Amino acid sequence: MIDVINLRKSFGKVDVLKGIDIKINKGDVVVVIGPSGSGKSTFLRCLNCMEDPTDGNIIFNGVDIADPKVDINIHRRRIGMVFQHFNLFNNKTVIENIMLSPVLCAKSDRRKAVRKNLFSKEKQPVKSVKEIKAEARENAMALLKRIGLEDKADVYPSTLSGGQKQRVAIVRSLAMNPDVILFDEPTSALDPEMVGEVLEVMKELAKSGMTMVVVTHEMGFAKEVGSRIVFMDEGVITEENNPADFFGNPQNARLKEFLSKVLM
Amino acid sequence: MNFEAKIDKFINILIEQNGYVKVVEGLENTLKIAIVGLVIGIVIGTLIATVRVLPKYKVLPRILNGICSFYVAFFRGTPMVVQLLVFYYVALPLMGIRLPSLTVAMAVFGLNSGAYISEIMRSGIQSVDYGQMEGGRSVGLSFSTTMLKIVIPQAVKNILPTLGNEFIVLIKETSIVSFIGAADLYVAFNYIGSNSYEFMVPYLTMALIYIVLVCIISLLVKIMERSLHKSDRRN
Repeated sequence: MIDVINLRKSFGKVDVLKGIDIKINKGDVVVVIGPSGSGKSTFLRCLNCMEDPTDGNIIFNGVDIADPKVDINIHRRRIGMVFQHFNLFNNKTVIENIMLSPVLCAKSDRRKAVRKNLFSKEKQPVKSVKEIKAEARENAMALLKRIGLEDKADVYPSTLSGGQKQRVAIVRSLAMNPDVILFDEPTSALDPEMVGEVLEVMKELAKSGMTMVVVTHEMGFAKEVGSRIVFMDEGVITEENNPADFFGNPQNARLKEFLSKVLM
Repeated sequence: MNFEAKIDKFINILIEQNGYVKVVEGLENTLKIAIVGLVIGIVIGTLIATVRVLPKYKVLPRILNGICSFYVAFFRGTPMVVQLLVFYYVALPLMGIRLPSLTVAMAVFGLNSGAYISEIMRSGIQSVDYGQMEGGRSVGLSFSTTMLKIVIPQAVKNILPTLGNEFIVLIKETSIVSFIGAADLYVAFNYIGSNSYEFMVPYLTMALIYIVLVCIISLLVKIMERSLHKSDRRN
């Protein structure tokens, strides 16, 4: 689904990513771990061009989205992203946060369809704006129910706890029906007590077959849910394996050292 | 002449010689210029501020940025009176356009406040966490949609007191439009004063009207602020 070929990224003179090759297939849960400064987050942010890659290709559903000529917004609809600091829209209520992009995208598609209908003989059926909104609301409520926050639909994000915010952020990205969701250290900014509830939602997502790329420090999660673990060090992938072999039989010296420190 | 006689004279002209018509007209023009100026200023200011926070590694944003810098430098670097005079007596006649002085005043006030509001708006936009932009972009919204729906509403909330301040400045600054012959509050009270050869009461009344106007605006800004800060409160 995502095919990363020789991905490079530098900030000024600092080379952060030095040639990354990885194939992410449908249904994969790829967990990326590594010491800080190894380029994990940058790698993840390059996958949806939040950072423009300096060089290389990212083939997503057959299109190279690293090409600056590609309309990235269309493809980002199919790539969800969950941030360390949630990044919920502060000026919107919880349900508006979830509905905003589905409604706006559906509206812009609607405009295109209407324009097309003007000039073609075969008229496509066009939903009314009211229908679009009702559908989005229904979908958003269903998603909120799924994470047990339907009673919080009409409050502002500032009234939620960190764990609740992150769960809302996850369903906000889900509302677009993405093919893959990228998680950028989703539990690092949370109180220890709230980590569990967020991981629970992610586990459930993984079970439902969602393709996920997760940058995290939660080794337990990686072991239990990951289908593949990737170790990054100094801008390259140094080891990539299934969880059992990755943790049970690490090959790379730096990885051995890293694991001995984090798995005490 | 004692104070009572002065007041009598003032009231006489104000009511019996239809001075109040001029005052109402002046008040109307003052408010028109300030409000239209503010609206134009907010539109121009927001556009300039958006250009100024655009990523700068492409050519077009750089050119736009240069134009905006020049615009801001010009309108902040010259006094408003000079701008009024230049537009009304020099620039527009050179282009062969004749506009009523009130329209010119509105336009110049808008262009001028646009330069100031662009700086206010820029600091407002920069006060909004960059994560808000990333959040919007990550769900597939374009830069401009995210700006319009997410970032600017939050920026406006942060800068509302400063915007109110700008409106107050505009209201008071309207007293210079008589330079190009537009009839504002100052013109009205000056008329009453020169007809009675007595300026104390008219000018004091004028000051009072300005104070009342400014107080009303401050109050409105406060009410607006309270309703906009809804999303900050825990409920």
